[in-house]
Amino acid sequence: MKIAFKLAFRNLIGAGLRTWLNVIVLSFSFVVIIWMKGILVGWDHQAKNDMEQWEIGKGQFWHNQYDPYDGFTITDSHAPIPSEFKPEIEKGEMVPMLFAQGTIYPQGRMQPAMIKGIPASQTLLKIPTHKLDSVTDAIPAIIGEVMARSSHLEKGSRIVLRWRDSKGTFDATEIEIVDIFSTTVPTIDVAQVWINLETMQEKLLLPEQATLFSFANPEENRSEVGDFRLKTKKDLTAEIDAMIETKNKGQSVFYIILLLLAMLAIFDTQILSIFRRQKEIGTYVALGYTRQQVVTLFTVEGAMHAVLAAALAAVYGVPFFIWQARVGFTVPMDTSEFGMAIAPTMYPIYSMGLILSTTIIVLLTTSVVSYWPARRIAKMNPTEALRGKIQ
Amino acid sequence: MKTIIAFILTIITLTGFSTPDANEILRKVDKNLSSDNRVMESSITIQGKRGARTITSKTYAMGDKKSFTEYLSPAREQGTKMLKLENQLWIYSPSTDRIIQISGHLLRQSVMGSDLSYEDMMDDRKLTDIYDAKVLSEEELDGRKTYLIELTAKVTDVAYHSQKMWVDAERFVPLKQEMYAKSGQLLKRLEMKDVIQVKGRWFPTTMIYKDMLKDGDGTEFKISKIEFNVEIPEYIFSKAALKK
Repeated sequence: MKIAFKLAFRNLIGAGLRTWLNVIVLSFSFVVIIWMKGILVGWDHQAKNDMEQWEIGKGQFWHNQYDPYDGFTITDSHAPIPSEFKPEIEKGEMVPMLFAQGTIYPQGRMQPAMIKGIPASQTLLKIPTHKLDSVTDAIPAIIGEVMARSSHLEKGSRIVLRWRDSKGTFDATEIEIVDIFSTTVPTIDVAQVWINLETMQEKLLLPEQATLFSFANPEENRSEVGDFRLKTKKDLTAEIDAMIETKNKGQSVFYIILLLLAMLAIFDTQILSIFRRQKEIGTYVALGYTRQQVVTLFTVEGAMHAVLAAALAAVYGVPFFIWQARVGFTVPMDTSEFGMAIAPTMYPIYSMGLILSTTIIVLLTTSVVSYWPARRIAKMNPTEALRGKIQ
Repeated sequence: MKTIIAFILTIITLTGFSTPDANEILRKVDKNLSSDNRVMESSITIQGKRGARTITSKTYAMGDKKSFTEYLSPAREQGTKMLKLENQLWIYSPSTDRIIQISGHLLRQSVMGSDLSYEDMMDDRKLTDIYDAKVLSEEELDGRKTYLIELTAKVTDVAYHSQKMWVDAERFVPLKQEMYAKSGQLLKRLEMKDVIQVKGRWFPTTMIYKDMLKDGDGTEFKISKIEFNVEIPEYIFSKAALKK
């Protein structure tokens, strides 16, 4: 076997440009597959991380009726804050939020908006709620960049906010945009206005009530509490998992095409080798090689393309990966209204598992593709092969 | 001295008699405006930035709980139907051939670009059931004597916490109405004109609806034909009628 490797390597290098062309194409597949998979892993990590930091913490408790995709549920999705939650809220490890639907009137236009009440003092989430403590004669409010852009609002803008209290009576007052925050999480930004929880509870006639809670500590043994059901981080990020899964499948087509191109080149090379090196095959057999050993030799020779490609990919791929991990990949389109936490720049993350699995897949595929044409050798007549007669 | 006191008392008494009780005024307004059922043809003219557009429709209403509207023109809106049952609202659009229930933030959106939101169409209980009334003054409006009444909600589940209403002193029809939020912010203004008499009741046939928080000249609602207490088949107020 050792001789087979030695011979295979010598033959491969001896083939010159033909080998290197194959190796370059294959190494390109290596780099692209690892990079694309790295981007997906990085996106997954970033999206979940951003959701955790901006919206969900380590998990949430939702009011039983609350369904963000069903407008019917919002009006009735509130209940008194359970006493079990109070110690955590006081320690700042849980953030209660109250939601209601309303209408804003920017520049005399009518625009529906979700009003969200959150304690100004909270520090669990990255939303700059401390700005809600600003002193102004209107209700201080903060909005996200996407909301600001779509409503043509800026810091200091004053607009009328209209809502209905829990009894259904209209109320309206002026709000002042005291801050505009930039986030990759659209579910806390698009068509939303954040105000202080206490003000919201007072205006809605819902003292001490909340729609949902984000908490910091996942270790607690949690289950349903009163009217609120537990939503783990895994439940809340399931959409991202589904999205990544879909993307992964979509990208697989691209990997397959790339590998197919490389494999086609290797397959052709193998066919050509076997055709042109019949005398050599005959000589091996005459020297005592079994047919199976000759097949192994040619298979190893083909598969070694993958080893060389991995080495070449490492030469230019590693610096490329490091550079990408540092500067990231900027999506060439506006991702802010995709409805998912997509950062404009994605930073790929490469794990050992990712690199190893890609290498093994490429190596196995190359071996199969190399073995396929080499099977013909087993059927060759050694005498005729030695004479160089085409079979 | 006695003569002077007697004169003042007479004046006070006469003044008291000349201005009816506010709740009585409201009751008379309700009598004019509310009916067991009505069928009307109307047009809505929406003043937009690119000019005005008019939508005509036919409405069947039973009490204050059920109503069914079919849009007749323009061609783009023709065949669109709207059904209100209690506090639920459905819309059928012929272009998609689908019935959708209007809820949540959709209720807050304007009806076909007008100054009316869907939720404005949802609350039409009798005024006397939901408001306490107080006469503030007597004013002249467009050459007619009116009572300016202040309405303050006596129930909690009312859309507008307070209203001001200028009621024609002779016909007991509101000629102008202002709706206020709890904070005192003026939200909507309604002007009513072209009052006609139908089967003994006075009814305004032109209403100009203005969302005071929104830019624009408001929405004009004009009734071209109205009939009270006519027979309306029950099937009209069903979701099945939307697709017919």
